[in-house]
Amino acid sequence: MKSKIECQKIKKGILSLFFLGIFALAVTLQSCNQKVKAAEKDKAISDLSIYNLPSKWTNQNGQNIEMKDMKGKVLVMVMIYTSCKAACPRLVADMRNIEKRLPENIKDKVKMVLVSIDPETDTPKRLKAFAIENKMNSNQWVFLRSTEENTREFAAVLAVNYKKVSPMDFSHSNIISVFNADGELTYQQEGLGVNSDPTIAKIKEEAQKIN
Amino acid sequence: MFLQKKISVFLALFTATLFGQQEKMVPIKEGSFVPLYGATNKKPVKVASFEIDVFPVTNAQYLAFLKKYPEYSRSKMKGIFADKSYLSHWQSDFDYGTNNLSNAPVTNVSWFAAKKYCECQGKRLPAMDEWEYVAMADEKRIDARTKEAFNKYIMSWYEKPKTYANPIGQTFKNYWGVYDMHGLVWEWTADFNSIFLSGESRKDKDTDKNLFCGSGSVNATDLMNYAAFMRYAFRGSLKARYTTRNLGFRCAKDKVALVKTFQNLR
Repeated sequence: MKSKIECQKIKKGILSLFFLGIFALAVTLQSCNQKVKAAEKDKAISDLSIYNLPSKWTNQNGQNIEMKDMKGKVLVMVMIYTSCKAACPRLVADMRNIEKRLPENIKDKVKMVLVSIDPETDTPKRLKAFAIENKMNSNQWVFLRSTEENTREFAAVLAVNYKKVSPMDFSHSNIISVFNADGELTYQQEGLGVNSDPTIAKIKEEAQKIN
Repeated sequence: MFLQKKISVFLALFTATLFGQQEKMVPIKEGSFVPLYGATNKKPVKVASFEIDVFPVTNAQYLAFLKKYPEYSRSKMKGIFADKSYLSHWQSDFDYGTNNLSNAPVTNVSWFAAKKYCECQGKRLPAMDEWEYVAMADEKRIDARTKEAFNKYIMSWYEKPKTYANPIGQTFKNYWGVYDMHGLVWEWTADFNSIFLSGESRKDKDTDKNLFCGSGSVNATDLMNYAAFMRYAFRGSLKARYTTRNLGFRCAKDKVALVKTFQNLR
């Protein structure tokens, strides 16, 4: 025989579980609807624009942003994770070299964006520290992280493959992507330490189209 | 306990009405296995309990989804989410035509479309490890990968043309009660883009050896896994907006934690 108190407890437990369940369902359904709405709202952006993605991100300063907040800039994007010891430092160096070689007069039209594939480890604080450590702390640089799901989706758009191979390590494609002011992918540089001339030429070309 | 029963019945009803005409799902019990590809050092990968659709999503079910979310219909679909062959075998936006069975699996859908479909049912795409875990079962065993007949069955399907036009549920029912993991269509997985075949990153040099027969000695396990290799290679060649005639999908769901909590409460 169960005591009355125990029964009460169970009742309470069940009730709270029930509400939790409703809440979870509501959240799932809503997130689905939200995405639909976001897609409808922006008729102006082209079919191939990454600004069709409604996902929310957090930058190195802890601010919440959406991809489309960067609309109107040329974006140079790469996916990395900060605890990476092998390929990423070279990828990051490639990004820095590209930035260094951009003419001053177009710099305000270009954003250099690094997206974390390890959102669990790469907190905004950690991204900020990484930015400072790697001398990527000017306004030019944006570090982003989101949920695992949004990250997987964004990688799918960039055609970047990645996989967690151990608690601390990821395999990932080494691709630097250039997006025009409308968020359309216009160029991809593949591999490490490759010649960045074509990438830079494309960035300049796209930046000059602005205004 | 009476109250408990009453509430769980209510909960079940509530969920059922919320999601309406939901596809049948079965629970998959947690376990671990060594996938052909993906585990470092060939260590077993753990798969937590989850639920998976018994059948792939059909033309009729996909049509119902499109009527609710017309922005995913053929003419409205954005180019970033699907290439030009998206639903190209259908008659029109909201008609799969007379050449396609209502209960044939929907194909020519992109990863984005498949993902969205599942999300709108309160589900998700299965992870690659989850899919492979379910797919290694034959009628009787959880893991039939070492069985010759099982591998022969899969291989013979790979050679059969146009199975995508068949209705769902005509292949064997596996240990879990799931149909059509082999023999009908290829299927999208949530993390299809976690495969490396091109030697573009530092880590995959070793793992490539596991995949390409030429780069290592060919042993019995390699031959048995040839069927799996085909799947991984196919996934590795895909991009999220690609659509092909032989590629469909089914949805999965995390195991609802309620059951466990109920047990703890008791």
